[in-house]
Amino acid sequence: MTGFRTLFYKEWLRFWKVSVQTILAPVLTALLFLLVFAYSLRGHVEIFPGVDYAAFLVPGLAMMSVLQNAFANSSSSLMQSKMTGNIVFVLLPPFSHHEFFLAYLLAAIGRGLVVGVGVLAATIGFVEVRLEHPLWVIAFALAGSGVMGALGIIAGLYSSKVDELAAFQNFIILPLTFLSGVFYSIHSLPPFWRRLSLANPILYMVDGFRYGFFGQADVSPWLSLAIVGASFFALSLFTLWLIKIGYKLRH
Amino acid sequence: MVPAIQVEEVSKHYGALRALDEVSLEIAPGEFFGLLGPNGAGKTTLISILAGLAIATRGSARVMGFDVVSQYRDARRSLGVVPQELVFDPFFTVREALTFQSGYFGLRDNREWIEEVIHHLDLAEKAETNMRALSGGMKRRVLVAQALVHKPPVIVLDEPTAGVDVELRQALWRFIRRLNRDGHTIVLTTHYLEEAEALCGRIAMLKQGRIVALDTTLNLLRRHSGCYVELRLSPDQLPAALAPFVAQRHEGGYRLALRDYGEVERVIAELRAAHVEIQEMEVMRPDLEEIFVQIMKKA
Repeated sequence: MTGFRTLFYKEWLRFWKVSVQTILAPVLTALLFLLVFAYSLRGHVEIFPGVDYAAFLVPGLAMMSVLQNAFANSSSSLMQSKMTGNIVFVLLPPFSHHEFFLAYLLAAIGRGLVVGVGVLAATIGFVEVRLEHPLWVIAFALAGSGVMGALGIIAGLYSSKVDELAAFQNFIILPLTFLSGVFYSIHSLPPFWRRLSLANPILYMVDGFRYGFFGQADVSPWLSLAIVGASFFALSLFTLWLIKIGYKLRH
Repeated sequence: MVPAIQVEEVSKHYGALRALDEVSLEIAPGEFFGLLGPNGAGKTTLISILAGLAIATRGSARVMGFDVVSQYRDARRSLGVVPQELVFDPFFTVREALTFQSGYFGLRDNREWIEEVIHHLDLAEKAETNMRALSGGMKRRVLVAQALVHKPPVIVLDEPTAGVDVELRQALWRFIRRLNRDGHTIVLTTHYLEEAEALCGRIAMLKQGRIVALDTTLNLLRRHSGCYVELRLSPDQLPAALAPFVAQRHEGGYRLALRDYGEVERVIAELRAAHVEIQEMEVMRPDLEEIFVQIMKKA
């Protein structure tokens, strides 16, 4: 357990030491989104009855930040370690693949949650957001950041260059998070785009998370939780297998 | 007694390239062992297999009796590796790097030993400095310290003195010798053959993935019974009878390669007969470098 705890703590400290870049910057980005969208569309859009658009945006933006930062943490840590060669310091010790996976995963979840809490905390006082089902909020924050943390590990293992990771981030993660209903309800989309959106697993994370705040959602929170939970389970198994065989880690 | 390192018919192929080809080797506990060979001979590949950084295509390897694949936890606990590349984690200070490395190996309260390692490698002044701010030599010291934090019985140093100044090299060898005296098995790869000759009790020479020589350093040195004679003559003209012995003609002298010490007598006799005066004469036994070159040529 000491080995696992140390690796987790190292991964935690790694982002904490540069928190201006890893925590404050994403919180500021989310606030800018809120400022631009909420104030420009104020009074024009009402997605859930009785819910102000700015209030609708806050949980979506918080979840988007949670997901993007969970992914960024594990992927950049692994990729940078591989690029600089210091990955050798975690390959030489006697870590099992479970310990290796859990340490990177939990640190990714940790950063996601810290940024998410930061976004929510920063909006208190500006936007009034209800919190109807906190357990759903916690469940989706954990499961969603877990999925993205595991995906981050896969991307970090796969990428040997900054370019490869940037492609993963810009062409997969960013579009999927932006098109996951953070800024709108999928019911406002034309049927084709609505059906396409339903194939985006991140939609269920954002929608379920938002359900915890307003008690309203586009999809049943149980279905969302089942989809997110199954994705987490499958991705975790796949990631564990990659680590076990030493994919792009051990020759 | 369980060997410190046991390598049995290990091969490692990268596509068509045979980085290691059926290498077998046994290193006893407490040995100071040298692994020599030109670049690309397979030294680092062999170390990587022992450390679990690479997986052998065929064969098996054990550290302190533990299989590096099926008993990887015990095998890795038994091994400390100083990698060849100058790698470091830019987020942390020297002390943090060492504390983390110790924790990775499951050691909780290891402060005393960490302080000792810091002291012996002369890192105390830089203990709170970020790794990024250290010079190359200092980073190398930290790498050595990181390999030692879990007190492994077997320590592998992959070219630890490459690009390192004399002072650090001497401090490093003093510390490594002490560890060896304390019972640690040391495996060293180096391009500085005089270091290997001075430190290693036994040596394996690798070429193109195969072991081409494996013997005690003394036996390797004795294996070639010949010697060299450095001569400065007046007049600077070697008698024709001695021409077949010339190994090197250099400014102001000759280097003759002789089969044995008995031939020194003949050289002197020939010079006397030709009325050539010896101004300077030095008889030398071949050093490890000469022997290394000869073995690599023959292999």
